[in-house]
Amino acid sequence: MEKEIDGKKVVDTVYQTIPDFSFLNQDSVQLTQDFFKGKIYVANFFFTHCPSICPTMQRNLLKAYEKYKGNEKIAFLSHSIDFKYDQPYILKDYANKLGVDNDQWQFVNGSKADIYGMADRYLVYAKEDANAPGGYDHQGYLVIIDPDKRIRGAYDGTDQTQVNKLLEDLDVILKEYK
Amino acid sequence: MLRRSTYFILSIVFGLYLLFSCQSGLSVETMQYATNGQKVYTTHCQNCHGANGEGLGKLYPPLTDTVFLNVNRDKLACIVKNGMSGEITVNGVKYNQEMPGVPQMNATDIAYVLTYVTTYFGNSKTHFTREEIEKYLAKCE
Repeated sequence: MEKEIDGKKVVDTVYQTIPDFSFLNQDSVQLTQDFFKGKIYVANFFFTHCPSICPTMQRNLLKAYEKYKGNEKIAFLSHSIDFKYDQPYILKDYANKLGVDNDQWQFVNGSKADIYGMADRYLVYAKEDANAPGGYDHQGYLVIIDPDKRIRGAYDGTDQTQVNKLLEDLDVILKEYK
Repeated sequence: MLRRSTYFILSIVFGLYLLFSCQSGLSVETMQYATNGQKVYTTHCQNCHGANGEGLGKLYPPLTDTVFLNVNRDKLACIVKNGMSGEITVNGVKYNQEMPGVPQMNATDIAYVLTYVTTYFGNSKTHFTREEIEKYLAKCE
């Protein structure tokens, strides 16, 4: 945002914030923002039988998960954009096979309107598209949200350099909230 | 003078050729197949199976099980083209996740990509020919 103060242009950042939500997670429990209270979390959008970018994105996010495993200040949240197929038991099976064995990484599903509306708030493009591989088109961003619900950064989850930057930035933001 | 230097350069080129071909133990033709195969692999396989054929957790199997690659040599082409489902055991670990095929891939590209996988991730020293792939594809279940 740009403002004029004493005839000079001053740029100030206005952060996009994430509104309250409630989604069904891999254990069929309603997950709300209470779970992420005081935590920094990384959010993304995927679906379990996605043949294109998701495996690479999840492989990279898994590295972050393993790095911060056991750190109560860091969590992960994957939204499925396949509202038809990705029921909780599918998500649970997927999480297990991926190698996620604690609740630090949550996998959620919800109605089409809720999930796609949420993607907009995270500034990630997601759409049902019969022409896209797997039936859904979406971007592979990993988005960092701080404990004040603000978007602090978005990183291409398929790009190694950007994923390394995400890991660096997580450390920086962690220090802010010591 | 000119002739001597020409011989000198030729002998160096030949020496380098011997050095590199001996190192990998692959013929030039096999190397060409594998190099072309790497491009196909990056486009169609790497997302799930990883840049080094390492797979991902228990979702997607690694492509490094030399026994699996050798025993199933005649089935690999059909798996690439038509995908597969059901339980398999790779490197002693069970996997059961549906794999989508790449039905539009032609026999030449399948020969390239399987040469890449079996020589780089496996221990094969030879390449798949297009004729061999066509023979396997005719028998897909």
